[in-house]
Amino acid sequence: MSDGVGKRRGDGVSVTGWGARRGFALPLHLLQRSASILVAVTLTFFGLLLVTFLIGRVMPIDPVLAVVGDRATAELYQRTRVELGLDLPLYHQFYLYASKVLHGDFGRSVLTSNPVLSDIVRFFPATLELATLATIFGVALGVPLGVAAAANQDRWQDQIIRVVGLLGYSIPVFWLGLVGLLVFYARLGWVAGPGRLDVGYDDIIDPVTGLILVDSLLAGEWDVFVNALRHIALPAMLLGYFSLAYISRMTRSFMLEQLRQEYIVTARVKGLDEHHVVWRHAFGNILLPLVTVIALSYANLLEGSVLTETVFAWPGIGSYITNSLLNADMNAVLGGTIVVGVVFIGLNLASDMLYRLLDPRTR
Amino acid sequence: MALLEIEDLWVRFPGVRGPVEAVRGVDLSVGREKLGIVGESGSGKSCTGRSILRLLPRYATVTTRRAVFDGIDLAHASERDMRRIRGSRISMIMQDPKFSLNPVMTVGRQIAEAYLVHAEEESGAARRRTLEMLAAVRIRDPERIYGAYPHELSGGMGQRVMIAMMLITDPDLLIADEPCSALDVTVQMQVLAIIDDLVQRRGMGLIFISHDLNLVASFCDRVVVMYGGQIVETCAASELHEARHPYTRGLLAAMPRIDTPVDELPVLERDPAWLEPL
Amino acid sequence: MSRTPDRRRPGRLERSLPPSPTLSWHDYLLAENPTSPAQARLRQAYLAALAFARNRLAVVGLAIVILLILTALLAPLLAHQSPTAQDLTARLQPPDGAMWFGTDELGRDIYSRIVYGARITLGIVALIIVLVGPVGLFVGCAAGYVGGWLDTLLMRTTDVFLAFPRLILALAFVAAIGPGIKNAVIAIALTAWPPYARVARAETMALREADFVNAARLQGAGAWRIILHQIVPLCLSSVIVRLTLDMSGIIITAAGLGFLGLGAQPPSPEWGAMIASGRRFILDQWWVAFFPGMAICIAGLGFNLLGDGLRDVLDPKQR
Repeated sequence: MSDGVGKRRGDGVSVTGWGARRGFALPLHLLQRSASILVAVTLTFFGLLLVTFLIGRVMPIDPVLAVVGDRATAELYQRTRVELGLDLPLYHQFYLYASKVLHGDFGRSVLTSNPVLSDIVRFFPATLELATLATIFGVALGVPLGVAAAANQDRWQDQIIRVVGLLGYSIPVFWLGLVGLLVFYARLGWVAGPGRLDVGYDDIIDPVTGLILVDSLLAGEWDVFVNALRHIALPAMLLGYFSLAYISRMTRSFMLEQLRQEYIVTARVKGLDEHHVVWRHAFGNILLPLVTVIALSYANLLEGSVLTETVFAWPGIGSYITNSLLNADMNAVLGGTIVVGVVFIGLNLASDMLYRLLDPRTR
Repeated sequence: MALLEIEDLWVRFPGVRGPVEAVRGVDLSVGREKLGIVGESGSGKSCTGRSILRLLPRYATVTTRRAVFDGIDLAHASERDMRRIRGSRISMIMQDPKFSLNPVMTVGRQIAEAYLVHAEEESGAARRRTLEMLAAVRIRDPERIYGAYPHELSGGMGQRVMIAMMLITDPDLLIADEPCSALDVTVQMQVLAIIDDLVQRRGMGLIFISHDLNLVASFCDRVVVMYGGQIVETCAASELHEARHPYTRGLLAAMPRIDTPVDELPVLERDPAWLEPL
Repeated sequence: MSRTPDRRRPGRLERSLPPSPTLSWHDYLLAENPTSPAQARLRQAYLAALAFARNRLAVVGLAIVILLILTALLAPLLAHQSPTAQDLTARLQPPDGAMWFGTDELGRDIYSRIVYGARITLGIVALIIVLVGPVGLFVGCAAGYVGGWLDTLLMRTTDVFLAFPRLILALAFVAAIGPGIKNAVIAIALTAWPPYARVARAETMALREADFVNAARLQGAGAWRIILHQIVPLCLSSVIVRLTLDMSGIIITAAGLGFLGLGAQPPSPEWGAMIASGRRFILDQWWVAFFPGMAICIAGLGFNLLGDGLRDVLDPKQR
């Protein structure tokens, strides 16, 4: 989760101001720009498919053997080979692969024998719940800390907040998770252990959204809600810390740039106290890039979920991919990669479009 | 009777090879008159202006033997006291409205804010006062401008908004830090006329900082010339042509005059002796 | 330091300034008017070093990185025993006087394993720098300078790789070609190079229309020569800053792969793999997983502090 993601735009995410638009008329050049973004995204998605396809073909394991086993007859082997389409030229195979993916067919999981997509749909909400909670935590704490650091630049508050943020870039999430479990679960007993719920609570509520916190509230099962909260608390705060590190760092950077501007001097000349200068004037100017940073942070968390879910036995898409990987279930691994990649691309796209639509400099 | 009196002002910034002295021992005395501070870039004129309101960054060291505004000791005032002075008793207009106005706030709201900081009124009264001020700076459609954003305004309009914002609280002293440098010549004249009018009518003191000697000479009552952080010349504007310091004389000689054309304008020769402490 | 008129080379304009015999190094380096390009460059470097030294955290970062490098180089001297020496009678011993960090499940000294693990970590870092830096730099500079279809093609490619969550793509890749440290490095490198291409491209596009580039073009320099001699050196500082800041992310990704068993294979003392094997014992013999993680933290922190300090000095706009 390096801040390289935030600097994606090539020339930094800084902006010195934005003005509100009056009326909804979208000028032609804006539509053109949106179209070009969509084209870029489509190409990126195409590239994603190509890379996953190639990875699937790069395997030293014979995919036919993976299906029929190594004691199959030559005839069965040939038949399966034709069935899997492996006798066709590579580009034809890619075409079949791509069209299947676009129809949502990621193949079957070798492990569970279910269609990979249905497995993924079952596992995804857990990751979603965790990432959302972590982002809320990261924003609620990260933004004020970043502002405080910028307002007190180079003083002790700034140094502490910066080091806390820096640690977030230096600590491996899986290790911190283990240490967290050791301290807060084993020694202090403040939180519950791995998994989403205690075993006894497993089948009490119907999965409406797949988000246990939401579902338990909808069903009115207060006990389940509390138990789920005790389970999600530690991993959410853990991921939230990493989100906080990124968000506070970017917030600080944006705020520092704003506090250097002339209009801040004007605000001080008017006799405003520092609190109003910082929050009413400077902060209003960073809202836009901040929103895009939050979207990117969310995307980063999806990546971080892979290792966190392993440590906390959290049944989300991260552990799905990891488990499939350890069991050589390539369909599942690739399918999971594509889904996470799509969400990643989608979030980047959303943040990009939001930024371009509202940035007055691109008008 | 002097509104503002400053004695022996020094402003130092930390530098790689020791402190950089931006302002060196400046004495200033301003009454209810128009004082012009002229100097080139790096002469210390802007620093002087900003140090009056204590708006220089934290790493700048500002020392003065005496700094009194209307009986208030500016040098030892607390930050809270300074905030009460800023905007209500002393105001400052800055150079470029493109940068000195908050881009995401409507212009009207920014002006009203200047009023609300120091008055115990509600926003309705502030809005009325704002519209009055916008009319006073000769903006034709105050209602529309009230809801406009800074990037929708021309340079001249933006600067007039700035003036409205800084004068809405009826301050006693106005510091104008190069208010016309970012404007076209014709617009400059309009803005200056507005400043002149308002300052005369309200009996305010004005410190007009500029690099344009001609402009200052025609507009102000007294002129102070700064070079290398020091004041090298002080005189009444009408007596500027009798200036004694070679720097001022050099500047005057280098200005083209329509009534006495010359083949070649003399180039100012800088004497390093001018940088010596006076 | 003396320059006499006889040593004037053709085409170079110099002011022959007779130096005072009492001129100290400090004054020479900070002289307002350097008398040669070499002196000017030294002055820049000296000022940058002074600015860097003023930042205490950055100096701490530099110290940590140097410590890491020294540990890797002097591992045989610093370690107490071989990282693979097992002693099944002393399994899972807590830290004490002899075994500073305790022993793991096979009785190996964890401290020695961490010391040797520094070699693996630094090796990965060095390999990735060597792979990613030049590739990203040249792709970015070429795309930015030439523009047109080359730019579009290269940027679409970087977009594709940038759009991937780095760890997951590395996972998929390693899943396909098998675990092992070499494959892990390739997998990480594949997803790590795009940001540098982007940074280099942005800088190049800003420099493309600069006067000195036009001057070189007028003198007949070809595109490659301009890119190599003029533009790349100027992009270098941004790329170096980004690389240093990314180092901790790369260390953590590599450790993550190791944690999942996809990086260095046992009995290799890779820090991530050590945490994985210590995971089983985390509740009672916490030291097995704890100390390797601390090592990763400290290494990552060092690179981050160093990178922050470098960026403040070389690229203050991005503060």
